[in-house]
Amino acid sequence: MNEEQKLADFEARIERGEIIEPKDWMPERYRRQLIRMMSQHAHSEYVGMLPEGNWITRAPSLRRKMVLLAKVQDEAGHGLYIYSATETLGIDRKELLDQLLNGTAKYSSIFNYPSLSWADMGTIGWFVDGAAIVNQTMLAKSSYGPYARAMIRICKEENFHKKQGYEIITTLANGTAEQKKMAQDAVNRWWWPSLMMFGPTDKESPNSAELMKWKVKIKSNDELRQRFVDLTVPQAKAVNLTLPDPDLKLNEETGHWEFGHINWQEFYNVIKGNGPMNKERLKARNEAFEKGKWVREAALAYAKKHNN
Amino acid sequence: MTNILDKNIQNALFNYILGLGDDRLILGHRLSEWCGHAHILEEDIALGNIGLDLIGQASAYLSLAAEVENKNRTEDDLAYFRNEYEFKNFQLVEQPNIDFAYTIVRQFFFDVYEGIFLEELAKSKFEQMAGIAKKSIKENIYHTRHSRNWILRLGDGTEESHVKTQTAINDLWKFTGEIFSENENDNILINENFAPDLKPLKSKWNEIIKSVLNEATLEMPENIGFSSGSRSGIHTEHLGHLLAEMQIVARSFPGAKW
Repeated sequence: MNEEQKLADFEARIERGEIIEPKDWMPERYRRQLIRMMSQHAHSEYVGMLPEGNWITRAPSLRRKMVLLAKVQDEAGHGLYIYSATETLGIDRKELLDQLLNGTAKYSSIFNYPSLSWADMGTIGWFVDGAAIVNQTMLAKSSYGPYARAMIRICKEENFHKKQGYEIITTLANGTAEQKKMAQDAVNRWWWPSLMMFGPTDKESPNSAELMKWKVKIKSNDELRQRFVDLTVPQAKAVNLTLPDPDLKLNEETGHWEFGHINWQEFYNVIKGNGPMNKERLKARNEAFEKGKWVREAALAYAKKHNN
Repeated sequence: MTNILDKNIQNALFNYILGLGDDRLILGHRLSEWCGHAHILEEDIALGNIGLDLIGQASAYLSLAAEVENKNRTEDDLAYFRNEYEFKNFQLVEQPNIDFAYTIVRQFFFDVYEGIFLEELAKSKFEQMAGIAKKSIKENIYHTRHSRNWILRLGDGTEESHVKTQTAINDLWKFTGEIFSENENDNILINENFAPDLKPLKSKWNEIIKSVLNEATLEMPENIGFSSGSRSGIHTEHLGHLLAEMQIVARSFPGAKW
């Protein structure tokens, strides 16, 4: 079978809604796109441990401390799981990690914002995990089997995280005046960056068409973003917090919440590495890697000595 | 059971359980500092898990301590609204992470103690305390396997890892003397069969430590100059900083619920 026929067969399989498995033939572009997308996802879990890890030692009750520690630990687990799923495409974790550490790989722009108060632990769970769920529920139907299966499992935990985040925010919103102020401040800071998590508008998204053709993605960035807004607006109202967008209004005809202009200049700035925390996040990952060098070497040396 | 206790015993029991809770809270807190900063993702997960187990145990002990005290305090009041001199954790567990070798040596010393201690504590006549101990035994087996395996890898790994680990052992050794010491408070409980007698357990701890260090080509330091007093609130300078961080949010908003 020549390449053209293989491609035609592959696309017919996708068309029929079949799931592609690691040993199946796939176009090189499909493989590359998946590696790019899945590794970005894995890196996001890994880097995403940092803003929340920042508050574990200061969590205000034992229960909150345990829940937050468990959550960040879940993220490490998700990272590991998605790195492994990415390895099924013929690339190893070490290479992916090198790309993260040397700054060539991307990860979700949201983690380049700082976590400044305890309320951020609520808002991150509510917005960031909420947005992740919208995205991952779609990816759970992705055409690539290992990715889709990873998403099903991860989504279950993310739902739990979102619930916990919203519970923190609810507690703060119903708490003292200071707590409520803290919650509103966090909502103000995280709202717009959360909308940016879905990526550029459909018109500006360079990879979307191809990814949708191959059913790696089922819905477009703008569709997902709209779904997130529609889900979140009533949740904000329920706890009497204001989303920082004066243009937010319900379109009675479509049933969708229309929102104001997203500052795409800020988005591209963060993507290019100039966000508030890009350098710090990368530095933290590199420091952990460097400081751990002697430990990894010791483990290898020990294994060599004792496996003979 | 707690409402029929003799005042003396009640007080001794409160202090004792507080010590057990504080050990696990402070050590769990130290491990949680690693989350996101370990040398490999698997170890982020492992250290986080162990920290989580310990903080979970701490929560159970502190909640029981509050019940025994019977003064309307909660486990959070005990964790977040006591000062340095009221904390009763071993000085060993408050020592800073410094590097992975210190973290593992500190953990290994504690895990081996915990394994020996829990087996005895599980026999306590005070059933609620024995219950927490029984539940922790399985967790301790995993913790000890983890720290023991790392002692072997680090001790018998590279020259660098060997030196770092031996340094951590030498530095932390002085904090191991007091983990088997007993005070008047303990004696009251030992007489009632509420708390185990620790004296016979020390040699068992020594044996296990010695054999693992030996296997890891590491040396056991000499028994000189042990520190003491943690159960009566004497600590190293590190605890104050840890508590300042741990308690800041809770204390900044008096009366707030979280």
